[in-house]
Amino acid sequence: MAAPMLRWCCPVRRWALACIDGGSRYGRGAATGCTSSGKRGQSSVAQQPRITAQKPRKGEHEWAAVVGLEIHAQISSNSKLFSGSQVHFTAPPNSLVSFFDASLPGTLPVLNRRCVEAAVMTGLALNCRINKKSLFDRKHYFYADLPAGYQITQQRLPIAVNGSMVYGVCVGKKRSQVINKTVRVKQIQLEQDSGKSLHDDLRSQTLIDLNRAGVGLLEVVLEPDMSCGEEAATAVRELQLILQALGTSQANMAEGQLRVDANISVHHPGEPLGIRTEVKNLNSARFLAKAIDYEIQRQINELENGGEILNETRSFDYKLGCTVPMRDKEGKQDYRFMPEPNLPPLLLYDAESLPTAADLQQVINIDQIREQLPELPSVTREKLVQRYGMLPEHSFALLNEVGLLEFFQNVIKETRAEPKKVTSWVLNTFLGFLKQQNLAVSESPVTPSALAELLNLLDRKAISSSAAKQVFEELWRSKGKTPAQIVSEKKLELMQDQEALEQLCHAVMEGHPQVVTDVKKGNPRAINKLIGLVRKATLSRADPTVIKEILEKKLSSGDVSGPSARGRTVQP
Amino acid sequence: MWARAVWLAFRAPAGGRRGLTAKAGPQGSVRITAEMIEHLERLALVDFGSQEAVARLEKAIAFADRLRAVDTDGVEPMESVLEDRCLYLRSDNVIEGNCAEEVLQNSHRVVEEYFVAPPDRWVLRAATSLWTFGNRL
Repeated sequence: MAAPMLRWCCPVRRWALACIDGGSRYGRGAATGCTSSGKRGQSSVAQQPRITAQKPRKGEHEWAAVVGLEIHAQISSNSKLFSGSQVHFTAPPNSLVSFFDASLPGTLPVLNRRCVEAAVMTGLALNCRINKKSLFDRKHYFYADLPAGYQITQQRLPIAVNGSMVYGVCVGKKRSQVINKTVRVKQIQLEQDSGKSLHDDLRSQTLIDLNRAGVGLLEVVLEPDMSCGEEAATAVRELQLILQALGTSQANMAEGQLRVDANISVHHPGEPLGIRTEVKNLNSARFLAKAIDYEIQRQINELENGGEILNETRSFDYKLGCTVPMRDKEGKQDYRFMPEPNLPPLLLYDAESLPTAADLQQVINIDQIREQLPELPSVTREKLVQRYGMLPEHSFALLNEVGLLEFFQNVIKETRAEPKKVTSWVLNTFLGFLKQQNLAVSESPVTPSALAELLNLLDRKAISSSAAKQVFEELWRSKGKTPAQIVSEKKLELMQDQEALEQLCHAVMEGHPQVVTDVKKGNPRAINKLIGLVRKATLSRADPTVIKEILEKKLSSGDVSGPSARGRTVQP
Repeated sequence: MWARAVWLAFRAPAGGRRGLTAKAGPQGSVRITAEMIEHLERLALVDFGSQEAVARLEKAIAFADRLRAVDTDGVEPMESVLEDRCLYLRSDNVIEGNCAEEVLQNSHRVVEEYFVAPPDRWVLRAATSLWTFGNRL
């Protein structure tokens, strides 16, 4: 395996001896989950006692990790890649199996047009070069869920190569800043999925369901440009969003439509790359970053204790939280690749090379597909930032949650409130409630119309923002009531009567002469105290800004002129 | 038949992926090592249970090696006799499947509409138990 060039354009995550990065756990001997044993056993105390330095000497004990990914995405199509049986997640076992899928003799593969289009769309979205000629090969290995004994894939000449994908990593103390990183896409290839095996350990038998055998997969290979679990997880998330936007795959990890294998190695910066291990069975978004970080730490620990890394395949044990070697792989796998003899080369065309008297059903035009590409997530985010003036991190947050963007857009449609207000309410209040109760957007008790109405009330200054929060809580709890109803029920309307308010202010000022003196002395916090007192008196039904205005007017029209404390009003 | 299968395994696949190199014996003929036998047996599930079989294997490889005498410099390899054909593209419609009973008919054992396969290890054990050559592991 040729060592790929390590790109240093992005700041490479350093894995130092001591804890860095705000309490990162990547110190020496830090126990993250179980300490898996390499060949050399547990991490023992080194011969020379090493001082755990707070600041490592430059370059000496630093480690850099390198992560590459192989992502398999199930193509969203009606029928399978090479046969006409149905693609469906749940169905009675072996009911979606054609004779070809079962590998019965005399059957031949027939390529599904939709799968080719899906591959081209994905390749274009990832800035790849589409190979106008690509080839199919057989990859041989024995496993019960692979009835033919080989998988049809594209090893020699895949359909798309040399692309790139930009993804945004959250940095900063509050993870509120977004930095764009790029990962190169090595290639995209079409291949078959295998069946499913269920292990019945009790009776020592394996049950095989071939419903999934032959389903079209897109394998997307990402170069080792990532340096830690978080970057890898973010890249996978971005690819998920892209595939979902294109409609080429539903990319749902829970349903097995998106599977990730990681290739991980560590080395000292400036030195050549280390031996890599492959970690398979990373099928959960939650554990992806954890598993990769665990493996990186395991390799560092192993090397620092004088051990060595084997070029092996490991899998992630979710229960133990660590990677373990896969028992079945004895020695290197030899897949004996050979050209698939039953399939001629796959030829694609563009506007120039389109054959004239062609049956359109038999011809795929890359340019036409490019023109019909749906909007990509990065473009959607850019538009949100331009149109609504929100920060990039907000656009990321809106796209990250299923259904949130649609919810946001529906609220915007129905409300007169400023987009920034809507953004803030949707991302902070609404999303906060969802997360607290672990609900999806589709399960929200508050509809976009309800929130829009609430924001309208707020915009008209019919209620204060603290009252609005109360109304929101009530909306969440009791279905069916409108914001207006709740406002009148709980008597949350803002006082509109200016005179009454002025009288109240006057009364408060009379009642607290000491505070008034403090204000006149120039104490900035005193005015807030006054405002608070007035608010209490009005039972929180007055707008603090209006209160402040009235108070300041009264104060300045008083006997002593001078700089009245004009502190910033505390916004509730 | 098996000789041809073995030859295909030996031929270096495109991309230069050569797992194990054959050792050149006297007179340029290929010597098969014990490791290679074990590897082949595992991959192809064939049995080289006797010295005779190995000798036959070596002869078969020598026979096939005569192909190297042909000068193929500058000639594009033909990978498929179908290379000039059009690859037919099928519309994405469901036209088959839904025949679990038929598909399961050929299976030796069936449990509740699932194929029953032996556990993974069996495959390796069966192949290696037939191997009678010297010491391994």
